[in-house]
Amino acid sequence: MSQAVISKNPYVFEVRDLNIFYDDFKAVTDVNLKIERNKITAIIGPSGCGKSTLLRAFNRMNELVPGTRVEGEVLFDSQNLYAPDVDPIEVRYRIGMVFQKPNPFPKSIYENVAWGARIHGYQGDMDELVERSLRSAALWDEVKDKLDQSGLSLSGGQQQRLCIARAIAVEPEVILMDEPASALDPIATLKIEELMQELKKDYTIAVVTHNMQQAARVSDYTAMMMLTGDSRAGTVIEYTDTKVIFTMPKDKRTEDYVTGRFG
Amino acid sequence: MNKLHKRPRRGEGFIQGFLFLAAALSILTTVGIVYELGKESLNFFTRQMWENTNKQIVADVRPEDLTLTINSSGSDLHSGEIIKISEEIMQVTAVAGGQVTVARGLQNTTPGAYNAGLDIFESRRVSLVKFFTTTRWEPQIGNFGIWPLLNATLMTSLMAMLVALPLGLSIAIYLSEYASQRVRSWLKPILEVLAGIPTVVYGYFALTFMTPLLRSVFGKGVVEIYNTAAAGIVIGILVIPLVSSMSEDALRAVPVSLRQAAYGLGATRLEVALKVVLPAAISGITAAFIVAISRAIGETMIVAIAAGAGPNFTFNPFKSAETMTGHIVRISGGDLSYDSIDYNSIFAIGLVLFVITLGLNIVSQRVVRKFREVYD
Amino acid sequence: MFNKRKPSQVPHDAEKDAFQPHLHSRHRAGRVWLLVFQVSTLIGIVALSALLYNVANAAFGYAAIENKVDPASLSINGIPLEQLHPLDLTYILQEHVSEGLFRKFAREKPMEEYSREEIYDLVMRWVVQPQVVETWTLFDSLAHRDEIMRQAAEKYPQARIFFRSWLTSQFLTTPQSSKPEFAGVRTAILGSLWTILITLLFAFPVGVGAAIYLEEYTIDTPLNRIIQTNINNLAGVPSIIYGILGLAIFVRLLEPLTSGALFGYVKDATTANGRTILSAGLTLGLLILPLIIINAQEAIRAVPGSLRQASLGLGATRWQTIWHHVLPSALPGILTGAILAVSRAVGETAPLVVVGASTFITFDPDGPFSKFTTLPIQIYQWTARPQAEFRNIAAAAILVLLALLLTLNASAVLLRNRFSRRL
Ligand SMILES: Nc1ncnc2c1ncn2[C@@H]1O[C@H](COP(=O)(O)OP(=O)(O)OP(=O)(O)O)[C@@H](O)[C@H]1O
Ligand SMILES: [Mg+2]
Repeated sequence: MSQAVISKNPYVFEVRDLNIFYDDFKAVTDVNLKIERNKITAIIGPSGCGKSTLLRAFNRMNELVPGTRVEGEVLFDSQNLYAPDVDPIEVRYRIGMVFQKPNPFPKSIYENVAWGARIHGYQGDMDELVERSLRSAALWDEVKDKLDQSGLSLSGGQQQRLCIARAIAVEPEVILMDEPASALDPIATLKIEELMQELKKDYTIAVVTHNMQQAARVSDYTAMMMLTGDSRAGTVIEYTDTKVIFTMPKDKRTEDYVTGRFG
Repeated sequence: MNKLHKRPRRGEGFIQGFLFLAAALSILTTVGIVYELGKESLNFFTRQMWENTNKQIVADVRPEDLTLTINSSGSDLHSGEIIKISEEIMQVTAVAGGQVTVARGLQNTTPGAYNAGLDIFESRRVSLVKFFTTTRWEPQIGNFGIWPLLNATLMTSLMAMLVALPLGLSIAIYLSEYASQRVRSWLKPILEVLAGIPTVVYGYFALTFMTPLLRSVFGKGVVEIYNTAAAGIVIGILVIPLVSSMSEDALRAVPVSLRQAAYGLGATRLEVALKVVLPAAISGITAAFIVAISRAIGETMIVAIAAGAGPNFTFNPFKSAETMTGHIVRISGGDLSYDSIDYNSIFAIGLVLFVITLGLNIVSQRVVRKFREVYD
Repeated sequence: MFNKRKPSQVPHDAEKDAFQPHLHSRHRAGRVWLLVFQVSTLIGIVALSALLYNVANAAFGYAAIENKVDPASLSINGIPLEQLHPLDLTYILQEHVSEGLFRKFAREKPMEEYSREEIYDLVMRWVVQPQVVETWTLFDSLAHRDEIMRQAAEKYPQARIFFRSWLTSQFLTTPQSSKPEFAGVRTAILGSLWTILITLLFAFPVGVGAAIYLEEYTIDTPLNRIIQTNINNLAGVPSIIYGILGLAIFVRLLEPLTSGALFGYVKDATTANGRTILSAGLTLGLLILPLIIINAQEAIRAVPGSLRQASLGLGATRWQTIWHHVLPSALPGILTGAILAVSRAVGETAPLVVVGASTFITFDPDGPFSKFTTLPIQIYQWTARPQAEFRNIAAAAILVLLALLLTLNASAVLLRNRFSRRL
């Protein structure tokens, strides 16, 4: 019954007055934004402005670092992720993540994909799930003959797609990507970008990137972050349609940044 | 202007020579160990011991006689055996009832005249086969089967591993995956203290604490005052810090990114620890286990104090039994004569011990090198 | 909400129904295992506590002591024994001990030269002859004091019952004795110190030299690789094997050297052999050599390469570079490693038993060619005795040994902190 209500909500995430601290250091301040379902949202901004910190707030990965603290709300399907009775394990089960550096487990390719599904008690046909996930990650044809080889034996680009396949295999609703292509060469990067376009039919994607062209090419919306105020904490200074950000940004700082004039 | 001659620097060469010798001394140590253990073990297996056959010569023997008349009691003589009468060594060439034909004056002894009634001694050597296959170690009567000693060593080591491996690994996982920085900062020193206590103190602990504890739990009738269980358990406590610190190093060497990947998939902390980090660190942990076994096998003072004095081939951990190391300590404690089978036997046992522990250490190094996952 | 939902209620596409995350049981497994890990850690701490408790338990507590001769009966004119004049004490001594024994005292030095305390000691030891008849643990002494008093009064009406620490200043300063109440660890402490001195003199220069060679001079030749592997393997050889090696090489093969005969130094012709402090020290030296080398290598490796380049760039030779720059920077690390290695040697027992520590000596060692005993050896021998009182002094000796080790380790930690702050 609640399904109908929730499905109508076009926003997967709604962030309200979010502040994130590392011990006493405030890294992210006063963030408010909504992330739309089945769209790609890019987060851009200079190094150290809190992009990764904000992204990790979407699936509570921050709290793995001792001393982090979050104020404000992140609503996911209208439920606050930071409400006391929310289980972070389930949050991460439904909101997957792909990291900057490919980090496959030192297990076989097959096991890499199957592992997450297995711990969450997948009841279906595992072989079928692995194949489907690898196909969705555009990796199947390259690895179908060597599924029992170590995930570490693949190239960097393949490893990253393996990590995406691994994330897809637990069938999350959202995939968070933190500079997923920054460690890859241009061809591997292109493959990842094409893959993201494919994936957005089924998933909502939030991606952090340093690459302006990439943001412009793949994303539907873009959030521009910047250090502000006396505390030098990061916040979102402009958030709108990607086309607008790259053609007629309202904020002077955004314009400087996207045109490469920013220091 | 001075030319840029190559100047001889004798001091430099001299120093480098000394430094090389210092480094090479370790090779010399190994060579010394191998040589001495090998040489004396060879003596052990070739030494002649004389066992009384309980036979006597029944007729006087002149130096030129080649036939001895003997009585028929005692153990049989066979052709080819080395025998001794008084100081003379002979070899039996044929036996016909009470008439024995011998070759005389062997091994630089001179044929002599002997009166009837003298005992005949038979040469016995410790055979390699018997050494490794028999289960009695009774030096007084010439039985040298290593199994009672080896068995006791294996029993104490097994007991130690039953204690140290689960506990050590659990502590390592706790320290590496769960404990906060603050908890670590006081747990690690405690483990270091535990590792720094001399083994003789652990021996005292085994005898005066663990044994009474076992006796009060299982009953005084069941647990002897000296027993392998108490010694084994305390060896286990002794090697816990070794297992935990080596395993913890292996666990911490697993990159954080792997843990993040697992958390990102919604794994619980336990699943991350047991299903991702542990398998990734398995080579280091295996190596830690092997080193711990080797340490337990070589451990001496705890077993010398608490396991018992006297070889005993038993599988009952509550009975007293002497290990290889315990035996070496006991018989070398007194003023040992260099020309005795006991002296030689120390080296033979030592050689077995050395081969086992060295083998284990080499295997552990191989394991680390071969199965280490390479992350960039 | 999140954690209370059943899988069927997941607001997902149908496919997600194939998952049964069982979060509840997974979290429970997590808690159970965490408890397992914590309990394991706790067991480690309990073991250490039990060990220390066990030693303290035996080192202190009530003891019942019976005198062979009642000191009260020895008082002269109502003056108690403790206050008697030395002459009177000498008289008592002469009266009660055999003539031969008294002559032996007089032979050591004239009776007039004995101090009052010394004569009093002799009277106590040879005339009064106190004997420990029973001891109680520290725990019992504190918890069941009245019970002990009652029992003791019943069982030993003659005995004096008092709380005693087996670790006393007298225990530290008197030599070995066959009677536990008079035994001390003086000989053993001196033996340990002498042995360690020899160990250090041998192992430190050689170990550091080897480390310098392996870190600063080595090119990757097969020989050098063998040396390195060999050192790693030697570190894993059981200590008793070193004892056997020491027995074969130092005690037997090099007997003329280690017994001192080569230098015309023969202390006691009847017992002169290689079972000396020198052999013991060298054996322990070989034992800790791999540890010193490995630690020193690590310290040297930690010195930044830029320092070497700066020195070599000024035209310094390799040895000048090492001596003036590398070694001073690495020294704290080297020393810390050496102290830790030495504390390992201080506690070693098995190799010294094999090398031939003496079972009973009462004279102070006076050089490398003396017969020897050490603290751990003493502990071993006392522990191995069946009489309970020897357990008490073994415990006291353990406290001495642990204190010595604690001092060594604390100095290593201090050294590390002091210098790491400066760097
Ligand atoms: N684990 C941490 N502990 C303390 N401070 C942290 C931690 N991680 C990040 N920070 C700080 O928080 C701020 C934001 O870091 P964050 O990694 O989110 O930046 P970013 O925008 O992702 O940078 P980059 O583009 O370089 O990845 C920085 O000042 C950083 O120093
Ligand atoms: Mg980042």
